[in-house]
Amino acid sequence: MTENILQDTALLKPALMVPLLPLVGFLINGLLGNKLPKSITGWLAALAVLGSFLCSVSIFNGLAAKDAIHIDLFNWISFGNTSIAFGLQIDSLTTTMLLVVTGIGFLIHLYSISYMHDDEGFTRFFTYLNLFIFFMLMLIMGSNYLMMFIGWEGVGLCSYLLIGFWFKNDAYNHAAKKAFVMNRIGDLGFLLGMFFMLFHFGTLDFDGVATAATGLGSNHILIVSITLLLFIGAMGKSAQIPLYTWLPDAMAGPTPVSALIHAATMVTAGIYMVVRSNVLFALAPHTLDVVLITGVATSVFAAVIGLMQNDIKKVLAYSTVSQLGLMFAALGLGAFSSGMFHVVTHAFFKALLFLGSGSVIHALHGEQDIRKMGGLAKKIKITYITFLIGSLAISGIPPFAGFFSKDEILAKAFEQNPLVWGILSISSMMTAFYMFRLVYLTFNGNFRGTEETKKHIHESPAIMTVPLIILAILSIIGGFMGLPEVLGFPHRFASYLSHITDASKNLLPTTHHLSHPTEYALIATAVIMAIAAIFYARNQYVTKGYLPSDDEKALPALQKAVANKFYVDEIYDKIFVKPIQVLSDLFLVLVDKLIIDLLVNATAWFVGLTGRTLRLLQTGNTGFYIFAMVSGMIILLLIRLFI
Amino acid sequence: MENTIQTVPQNWYLLLSAFLFCIGVMGVLMRRNAIIILMCIELMLNSVNLLLVSFSAYNGNSDGQVFVFFIMVVAAAEVAVGLALLMSIYRNVASTDINVLNKLKW
Repeated sequence: MTENILQDTALLKPALMVPLLPLVGFLINGLLGNKLPKSITGWLAALAVLGSFLCSVSIFNGLAAKDAIHIDLFNWISFGNTSIAFGLQIDSLTTTMLLVVTGIGFLIHLYSISYMHDDEGFTRFFTYLNLFIFFMLMLIMGSNYLMMFIGWEGVGLCSYLLIGFWFKNDAYNHAAKKAFVMNRIGDLGFLLGMFFMLFHFGTLDFDGVATAATGLGSNHILIVSITLLLFIGAMGKSAQIPLYTWLPDAMAGPTPVSALIHAATMVTAGIYMVVRSNVLFALAPHTLDVVLITGVATSVFAAVIGLMQNDIKKVLAYSTVSQLGLMFAALGLGAFSSGMFHVVTHAFFKALLFLGSGSVIHALHGEQDIRKMGGLAKKIKITYITFLIGSLAISGIPPFAGFFSKDEILAKAFEQNPLVWGILSISSMMTAFYMFRLVYLTFNGNFRGTEETKKHIHESPAIMTVPLIILAILSIIGGFMGLPEVLGFPHRFASYLSHITDASKNLLPTTHHLSHPTEYALIATAVIMAIAAIFYARNQYVTKGYLPSDDEKALPALQKAVANKFYVDEIYDKIFVKPIQVLSDLFLVLVDKLIIDLLVNATAWFVGLTGRTLRLLQTGNTGFYIFAMVSGMIILLLIRLFI
Repeated sequence: MENTIQTVPQNWYLLLSAFLFCIGVMGVLMRRNAIIILMCIELMLNSVNLLLVSFSAYNGNSDGQVFVFFIMVVAAAEVAVGLALLMSIYRNVASTDINVLNKLKW
């Protein structure tokens, strides 16, 4: 709901260049990649994204926060009174996402040039990566829900392609399929939501839908259904309960993919979508309650699972799910800009953590089990320091980026519902614990792997460490764009997004602001809890030298359940996968084999029988043939004459 | 020319043609010698030719005569191919009896 819509500005060109450059990179690498040397393809892909980033920066500089650019490229679909434009829209929310996607995207491209260097699918990797960036940009630049849906489906496709990137491994293919199917479930919700909008409002434009919905008033059943359906879409894409199980499995993809798609950008698309539709969600308090409950539940549930994981990437994956839950909790509280703020800071430190874990895996030649690591701090110093910064940021230690965004969400939670605050605090305490469990097990103590691996431990080349350093710097200073009000600084991030979120502000119930002492107390509590969790982790894993047991059977029942991710995958398998398999088998026997096959086979049998019978007429006797021919002609003549 | 043809009533042409045609058909059916069968086919063709010419004359329409020329050309080609086939059959089986050629069946 922006006031000034600019049609003709100098920013049109950069705005178009932003999605076009990665598309061009994708086309060149995809069509000619095999003929180009490796040194060109990787840099080409990275430079395309760098170009997008520079264009995004120029848009950010040139576009005032209250303005928006609308570019209708052409009229895509029109029927009756409805027409859907193939249009782009750039406002402050888009710009925020643009900078995150292209900026972090570029760093990860750069990192991948070295990380993927020895992979035979090098060119294919960069082709997919550029395609992903293109679709992600479409998602955030679209001016209506259908445009967003193009990007939404496109990033899903790229996610599938990249999870199954090493397609020779069957388990990875299963992970890719799982991600694709789970996302489809969510997409169905999104699609139905769009049908509802189109049917009742006759438009899919963000502004048009918001205006039409405002006319219906608060808690209208239609708006509640639309928002619930949209939220189902967000659940799938952003890995919320009950559709979160694909994200931990998605770690089958190469680590830069986990950093870019499954931590920093794609999985936050659900949050972007909710913020984009904030007017709709504000009009449906019931849906906001659902969002809040889902977010809080996911946040704490995933954090608990994260406590017991032993795969370095799995810990980060559950941490991502947990952080996404926190963001949805913020959205559920109506704190849309706080949710977006956490999206941005989370993108910094989670990309950093994933790239750092990639650097560790690189140093250990593919080892991902933290029980076989340890003592890496001195050997790979840059990775250690940057990883530590990322961990401090995600644990909410000031002045790192995560502290500010997390604290803002926690404060908003306390304003409205102390219970939510309590649960989220526990969840972020667990976050601090498992992150430092990861740090201590990986970097402290003695090396627990084989001697052979130990000899080869090496720091990654500069092209990998430079992105780490940049992201570490961002993780340190990123929070300062959203300093809490209590400290007396302007909240620049919130005011930058205010034109997006103002429209919904009046629709939400007003909450009394917290007094300053309360806010200080909250901050102190959060920091003390995080530090306590870190010291507990230190006590357990450094002082006592406790090592997660290999033998699951020795664990107490509850820990065993946590280590097995609460058996959610197994339960889904029993409830959904197995029945569908049984049903498919039934249909295979009944419909396919019994009816369809029978029809086909009977046809073939009948034709065969006819042929076998009729061929007896071929006696080989020429006289008979002539006789048959003449009698046939006579019969035809008689038919012609008498009938 | 038309007048000469028209001195004979058209029915007679019809009867003669039918008669010749039937002889041809019967010859094709009854005889076993391939050469004679070919000749009987020629007879059938020419009975039709005769009919076409007579209709052409009676109706003052030259289309029939054009058809006759076509039929004669085709018949000539057919005889050429047919006799060539017969020659090669004769070389293989030393006979022109069509009942000898019964290897190709079922």
